[in-house]
Amino acid sequence: MKPAPFDYIRADSADEAVALLAEYGDDARVLAGGQTLLALLNMRLAQPRVLIDISRCADLDYARVEKGRLAIGAAATQAAVCARPQLAGEVPLLAQAFPHLGHFQTRNRGTVCGSIAHADPAAELPLCLAALGGEIVLRSARGARTLDAERFFLGALTTARAADELIVEVRFPLAAGRTRCAFAEVALRHGDFALAALAAVADADGIGLAVGGVADRPRLVRWPRLDAGARADALNELAWALDARDDMHASARYRRHLVRELGGRLLAEVA
Amino acid sequence: MKRYERAVRHAIALRLNGVQRTGHCAPRTLLADFLRHDLGATGVHVGCEHGICGACTVRIDDVAQRACLTLALQAEGRDVVTVEGLGGADGTLGDLQLAFRRHHALQCGFCTPGILMSAAQFLERNPDPDERAVREMLSGHLCRCTGYGGIVSAILEVARERRERARHA
Repeated sequence: MKPAPFDYIRADSADEAVALLAEYGDDARVLAGGQTLLALLNMRLAQPRVLIDISRCADLDYARVEKGRLAIGAAATQAAVCARPQLAGEVPLLAQAFPHLGHFQTRNRGTVCGSIAHADPAAELPLCLAALGGEIVLRSARGARTLDAERFFLGALTTARAADELIVEVRFPLAAGRTRCAFAEVALRHGDFALAALAAVADADGIGLAVGGVADRPRLVRWPRLDAGARADALNELAWALDARDDMHASARYRRHLVRELGGRLLAEVA
Repeated sequence: MKRYERAVRHAIALRLNGVQRTGHCAPRTLLADFLRHDLGATGVHVGCEHGICGACTVRIDDVAQRACLTLALQAEGRDVVTVEGLGGADGTLGDLQLAFRRHHALQCGFCTPGILMSAAQFLERNPDPDERAVREMLSGHLCRCTGYGGIVSAILEVARERRERARHA
């Protein structure tokens, strides 16, 4: 339970980190909060040749509102974002999801961008990003690009990030006036990854429901307004479409049940 | 930018419980092991080594976090406080430690140092917590002896005592 040897490089800015990724590519892993990566290193599930620590890059440590979005830099911790007094007004879905996300002690160090980068199918932050139609900003020595959640999350622990790219920022759209949102999950213990986690967002055009923990990545469906009768059919169809699998924590059947049950509650809540 | 090669034991300086200290270790060394083996802070307990049990929780620049999910190098130049820093220099216990003793909030004591470090930061941030908030904070720790009841009472009592003292100060 100790990491295999690696070279450690502490970057002082995003420019330095991007230059290092251009140099090492696949041989390197980016270390921000380390709340997942260090566990993977300890268990030797990851054995990178080089660790690039970006946690002291002052230019990546921010959370600020710009152009109608909450932009969060790669070094900003979950605790720092969670502690924003305005968060419940800015991105209420995030404020609802944060208490479910790990523990006080891991949020203190874990980063928002790191959770997005890891892309665990059951993690709350990728789910919220997908539900809200957020964006991921990637930078490399070749340039910068912005992807939406749908194009970024490709599968379990798999994203569109290229080996030389650094996730420098993620952007959550601010809640518009009449948007309503709700979040619910079921986990074996508080703070564990969810067996199923759901987020609903309703606006004038209809309802979006995102599901995590069931498919290999967060999945978002959109419906026009649904009446109560159509809701049950739509949720049943969604539950089957997600291709749930049995694992040691829960059966596929139970996960489909959770999608129908939690989905029903959330749709009623935001209706 | 600073590079640290894998095969070299690098000098790492940090403040430990208010005292400037230096030790030597390779980049892969965890902060928990560095604190225990190089700096002698054996109050940092190592349980699961993947961030679940919370026994190794210490404060770095005041913030409670897992020493098993932190490299020693990441704490370079930082201010680290372990359970050894909670009491007085003469060995007297701090108010949290005394309350844990009064409430039978420990039996074997393995998880206790981590819980104390979390509780110390938690109470600074939340001077008037309710039981639910204390239990939410405790969800980041595993205790297999006490059943948590005594721990919750001890933390709530210290919160009350500190508010009383602040009123009379």
